[in-house]
Amino acid sequence: MKKAVAMLLAGLMVASSLTVTVPAAEEEFDWKKFDGEEITVLFSEHTYADAVEAKLDEFTEKTGIKVNYSSMPEGNYFEKLNVELSSHSGSIDVFMTGAYQSWEYATAGNLEPLENFIDTDLTSPEWKYDDFIPAVINALKWDLVPGHPVGEGSQWALPMGWEVNILTYNKRVLEEKGLPVPETAEQLLEDAKALQEFNGTGSYGLAVRGLPDWGTIHPAYMSLYSTWGAKDFEIEDGKLVSKVNSPEAVAMTEYWVDLVKNGGAPQWATYGWEMCGADLGAGKAAMMWDADRGGYTQNVEGASAEAGNFAFGMVPYPESAGKTADDMRSNLWVWSMAMNADSAKKDAAWYFMQYFTSPEFMLWSGTEAACTDTPRTSVLESEEYKNSVASAEGYYEAFSKVSENASIFFTAQPYFTETTTEWAKTLQKLVTTDEYASVQDAMDELKEVMDEMVSDLEVE
Amino acid sequence: MSEQNKGGKSQLNKVPFGTRVRPYLIVAPSLIITIGIMVPFVMAIWYSLTNYSFKLPTHKFVGLKNWVDMLTSTDFWNALKVSLMYGVISTAIEMLLGLGVAILLNNLNNKLSRVLRVLLVFPLMVAPVTATIVWQLMLNSSVGIVEKLFNIFGVYNFPWAASPKTALLTVIMIDVWINTAFIILLVLAGLQSLPKSPFESAKIDGGNAWFNFVNLTLPMLKPSLYIALLFRLMAALQEYAVIFALTKGGPGDTLMSLSLTAYQKGFKFQKFGAAIPFILVLWLVINVAAKRIVKLQRNAQKQAAGLED
Repeated sequence: MKKAVAMLLAGLMVASSLTVTVPAAEEEFDWKKFDGEEITVLFSEHTYADAVEAKLDEFTEKTGIKVNYSSMPEGNYFEKLNVELSSHSGSIDVFMTGAYQSWEYATAGNLEPLENFIDTDLTSPEWKYDDFIPAVINALKWDLVPGHPVGEGSQWALPMGWEVNILTYNKRVLEEKGLPVPETAEQLLEDAKALQEFNGTGSYGLAVRGLPDWGTIHPAYMSLYSTWGAKDFEIEDGKLVSKVNSPEAVAMTEYWVDLVKNGGAPQWATYGWEMCGADLGAGKAAMMWDADRGGYTQNVEGASAEAGNFAFGMVPYPESAGKTADDMRSNLWVWSMAMNADSAKKDAAWYFMQYFTSPEFMLWSGTEAACTDTPRTSVLESEEYKNSVASAEGYYEAFSKVSENASIFFTAQPYFTETTTEWAKTLQKLVTTDEYASVQDAMDELKEVMDEMVSDLEVE
Repeated sequence: MSEQNKGGKSQLNKVPFGTRVRPYLIVAPSLIITIGIMVPFVMAIWYSLTNYSFKLPTHKFVGLKNWVDMLTSTDFWNALKVSLMYGVISTAIEMLLGLGVAILLNNLNNKLSRVLRVLLVFPLMVAPVTATIVWQLMLNSSVGIVEKLFNIFGVYNFPWAASPKTALLTVIMIDVWINTAFIILLVLAGLQSLPKSPFESAKIDGGNAWFNFVNLTLPMLKPSLYIALLFRLMAALQEYAVIFALTKGGPGDTLMSLSLTAYQKGFKFQKFGAAIPFILVLWLVINVAAKRIVKLQRNAQKQAAGLED
């Protein structure tokens, strides 16, 4: 009898503990609170957006909120978004953005601060803000003061996925040519030069971006620029002052121009990330320095001619400048979702945002929907995730290692697009023309242009 | 004359209400459309005098600052040069090619020429952005078919749009591929509407092909040629799609035309006050060119009709 009572008590305790913990809390949260509402979402076409789109029906079933979803190619996405947001019509409730763009949108008053929703009864206890990787979630916080670092101030957006910029290399090609996997910038330059025409005319060593816009500066260039110890701006006498003509910046840019001219694509100046990835996958480029997922997606079976031959390196550091592996820096890109400050359906919009940034959704998208750059610690540490990326040689190691020193190395300021466009144009001129007598001349001129662009910003 | 007669005459002379308002009713649709066209235009002039920006909550009058900034910047003079070079060179090539092909097609009337007339129109059915992407792949130094063709002649890694020296040539080449068919269509229509009797007389008098072309075909075809020139030059001066899809205006500022510069300042940098003067200058250039061509077309029409020497 005693034994039966003890078993009954034990059973009751187990049952009560189950009802008190996670599932009970989840059950208490009212997902149907905004049943019948309708929101509009605009996303850039991307793997992260595809994952959300695949689960829209499940979201509507769970919440009763109808979603008018549309997406468009990245090439013109931000221009379209600029027009929509500036109309202040509230025509879009939730949209995709990057950290850099959020500086411009937040300054213009287009973004709703998300602390108005986080830690309120509108947020499920299962959502877990603290589970986001600190560097990633902090990249989307800013106090709106130009020159102040990210990580302080309002939370302007939530991460959907993030990218570190590392080297992807074709291990078959490097083995056949007897070349070492580049760990330093010097080795990378030697390899890239040696690999020109490795696979016939037009093939080349290293794919990096070259179009005249911010997309050329932020991945590999900014990662090496920071690793070299250079900065874009510094605060002097209450003003932002460009530092692109510092000795470190000039030395790095001299290296970069040499790398692109002698180891890059013959048509580098027309290359965006799509062309870089396509050349790597087709076996026309032996290496690529770009977002980690760019190389990862080319390596998935059936995705490209060279799929399965790719492995992942780190950030090549400049040994000649006295740097070591500990100095490796990777500039971050964070695809995020933000809420329009002019939205009339902010509560329903927040339900959408928390659902599609929840640990449950991100475990699914990270392991089954190719969103490998998960911003959640719980996903990154899960066995399911580790198993799903295990076939990509060196990927998990590189992603984990580089992530330690990954951050946004641009100075937060609302003229990001202007300054980086001008920067990219200067790089193009340095590589494709003889317009400047030296890199120093070019960077001196660029510094003046950038200083003028940010001259109306008051830092304090 | 009695007062009664005066009154009767005025009654007779009184124009009915319907007749009086009829001219206004006829003009009304045109007037409404004109107002619809002019409102954004006048607004554009106003915004060019303000600091209108998506980044600012309000805008204020800044006088001629945007105009002065534009006229004193190297961006503007480079953009004007790019737009003019692109417009003039691409239109000239298309006119010459279009005229030549149209005359050849007009002189042939067999199955091949009929098939060619259909095939030559294909580029017009493709969106310029799509055509540019296809050309980008064809010109790619590793996988492009044009590169393979060049290799036969010992030319390797031709830079195409990636070099400032060849970028303009590349975008003009794509423009010519897309738009020459438009000229062919217009010129063919013009050739087929020419009267036959002058050519028959010339044949009896022993006029050769060149004589016929210079003294008959060209003078009578001029009105159609000016129409084709008008449409193509206007579109070429405004060109945006091909350049943006291929290079986004690069390398450096090589292909930053007035349209692209205005787009960049307006939509990328969100500074509409600074962008609009570029568009207004473009409008001015097109307006001056269009007026001149229309005048030439009218004169040519009179000449072709035998009303003027």
